[in-house]
Amino acid sequence: MNCRAEVLEVSVEGRQIEEAMLAVLHTILLHRSTGKFHYKKEGTYSIGTVGTQDVDCDFIDFTYARVSSEELDRALRKAVGEFKDALRYSGSDGIGQISLEFYQKKKSRWPFSDECIPWEVWTIKVNVVNLANEQERQICREKVGEKLCEKIINIVEVMNRHEYLPKMPTQSEVDNVFDTGLKDVQPYLYKISYQITDSLGSSVTTTMRRLIKDTLAL
Amino acid sequence: MDTDLNSQDRKDLDKFIKFFALKTVQVIVQARLGEKICTRSSSSPTGSDWFNLAIKDIPEVTHEAKKALAGQLPAVGRSMCVEISLKTSEGDSMELEIWCLEMNEKCDKEIKVSYTVYNRLSLLLKSLLAITRVTPAYRLSRKQGHEYVILYRIYFGEVQLSGLGEGFQTVRVGTVGTPLGTITLSCAYRINLAFISTRTSGEDNGAAYPSVEDSQEVCTTSFSTSPPSQCVFTVTKAHFQTPPPVLMDTLKVPMMGLAFSHQLSSSRLSYQPAALGVGSADMGYPVIFAGGLNAAHPHQLIVPGKEGGVPPVPSQPAHGTQADHERMVMCTPLDGALYSAATPSSSEDTETVSNSSEGKSGSPHDLLETIFVRKVGAFVNKPINQVTMASLDIPFAMFAPKNVELEDNDPMVNPPDSPDVESPLQGSLHSEGSSGSSTGNTHDDFVMVDFKPAFSKDDILPMDLGTFYREFQNPPQLSSLSIDIGAQSMAEDLDSLPEKLAVHEKNVKEFDAFVETLQ
Repeated sequence: MNCRAEVLEVSVEGRQIEEAMLAVLHTILLHRSTGKFHYKKEGTYSIGTVGTQDVDCDFIDFTYARVSSEELDRALRKAVGEFKDALRYSGSDGIGQISLEFYQKKKSRWPFSDECIPWEVWTIKVNVVNLANEQERQICREKVGEKLCEKIINIVEVMNRHEYLPKMPTQSEVDNVFDTGLKDVQPYLYKISYQITDSLGSSVTTTMRRLIKDTLAL
Repeated sequence: MDTDLNSQDRKDLDKFIKFFALKTVQVIVQARLGEKICTRSSSSPTGSDWFNLAIKDIPEVTHEAKKALAGQLPAVGRSMCVEISLKTSEGDSMELEIWCLEMNEKCDKEIKVSYTVYNRLSLLLKSLLAITRVTPAYRLSRKQGHEYVILYRIYFGEVQLSGLGEGFQTVRVGTVGTPLGTITLSCAYRINLAFISTRTSGEDNGAAYPSVEDSQEVCTTSFSTSPPSQCVFTVTKAHFQTPPPVLMDTLKVPMMGLAFSHQLSSSRLSYQPAALGVGSADMGYPVIFAGGLNAAHPHQLIVPGKEGGVPPVPSQPAHGTQADHERMVMCTPLDGALYSAATPSSSEDTETVSNSSEGKSGSPHDLLETIFVRKVGAFVNKPINQVTMASLDIPFAMFAPKNVELEDNDPMVNPPDSPDVESPLQGSLHSEGSSGSSTGNTHDDFVMVDFKPAFSKDDILPMDLGTFYREFQNPPQLSSLSIDIGAQSMAEDLDSLPEKLAVHEKNVKEFDAFVETLQ
């Protein structure tokens, strides 16, 4: 099974990075989250309810719907915040990308650790622009809002192709497919990573704590 | 086609499609309310949240959706459509988007109904949640209020896209294959936001509103955060007697709704709820609508918690058009009543005054004189002949410096000992009734008008409001302001100044102590 890869590109101003990334990531995770599973006897299970809430962007003329889960929102904000800081302070020309990868765990025999097999990767390439005056910023607000609308439509189109999704696991394997650590919702297992491109165009791979921990931990 | 589908699966599938259609309408309509939507996640299944999504059900929306479906389900050739339109405070309206839930003949016989179809429908609803926030109508709906409101209309049958103007765009939300066919959810939205006015009849510019078959039920509800007087009007556009829309005013705006809303706010128009965008039909328009269609119930949606103080109206629409009409009439003239009441009051006053003047010739002149007679009676206890002469020449002449008569003869400067002498009881201003001499300019053809000041009862008491007015309206001129007296006092002041200064110097300590108390 090949991993499905989708790439989105956006050009934003520095202060719009966080909101633009959160809008895209939350929209993806809205489609890739379910309610909490409650397994019953005989292998059946019931599913909790996923709530949604609208979020208005402050620096972009845009509103997106996200899953009503503060834990999930905090996790995404943390990752996006790190990406934004890396993008701003790396000394690059403001080009970077952030990736949201959905994976499954495959149990391996001891002493090998579980293998993480990605089945869908969303990459958002970001180009940070510098604007000279307030008028340009106002135009940028609207333009980025329009661009994000297009991205949301692209995401929805991909989601509704109904391509590969991990099959619903049994109770013993639910942690291999879903992130059961949140108390109110249950997204597919995911990880977020980012890369910053320096001015020479070469890829400068930054250390991503979660990625290293997941792939090299024994 | 469905021979492979067992009865239980068929039942489940029908149920899924039905509730999916209802939830679709809820998501679309709630996304156009103009507010941010927020629902809570629940780790424990409640059993009542279809498709494992927390989507609230607005009862009236569900009712209207069920009415539109009329027990049917979306099938091939039978689509459920939700039309979103904009209506300005001046009655101009415009279709913004049409959401279509359709079914085609492409079947997926292998798919599992109770599991895969259900989950994919859930995914499709999530996609709908996302897409409803990115079409241009969303930004417009978030800014609705006094200037315009967003309306919705549900109909079942053939999709009608002609009202969206030229070059409308389509976005597909998603598809779900089922053993009975493929469910498709899509949205067609307007790009050209030029206004199409519906206020005048006549030429048909081709951008007619979509016609609605008689068999189709239509209803329109407005969602607005504006005050109750503005948010209660409802219109059903699908009326054949509607004058075809005429392009009255073209508002060239960019595609995105944000700029459009800016232009709307900059060209704010006064709202007249009586004119519901139907021209002369006015208040009768919704009634005509309601009567002209089968089971067409114009209704208003009250969303609890909306700012603007939406008036409490039963959430379930009243059955029968009559109830709707009554409710609408009750609510809509809230401002109209104010408008209509304002006009006759002043005219009534004028007419009363003019009618009381008898024997006059030339109505405008009569009116003028009569009014001044009233004013004289209100403000001046003067011989009417004097006053009316003055008032004919100069308005409010009684307040001007009196050069015509001596001050000694002025009853206000030298008030009579007894105000009763003035005999104000009748409020009349006959020259006999007032003291003071006349200047010889008598006008016997004036008719005395009883002066009845506002808020006063009948002149039963000697000292009534009218008396008070007459006595104290023209107080005596201050002596210090009169030239002679002023001149005299000035000279006296200058002479007495040294004496006063000496006195003040003696009391310096008292003055200083007083100043210290102030600090």
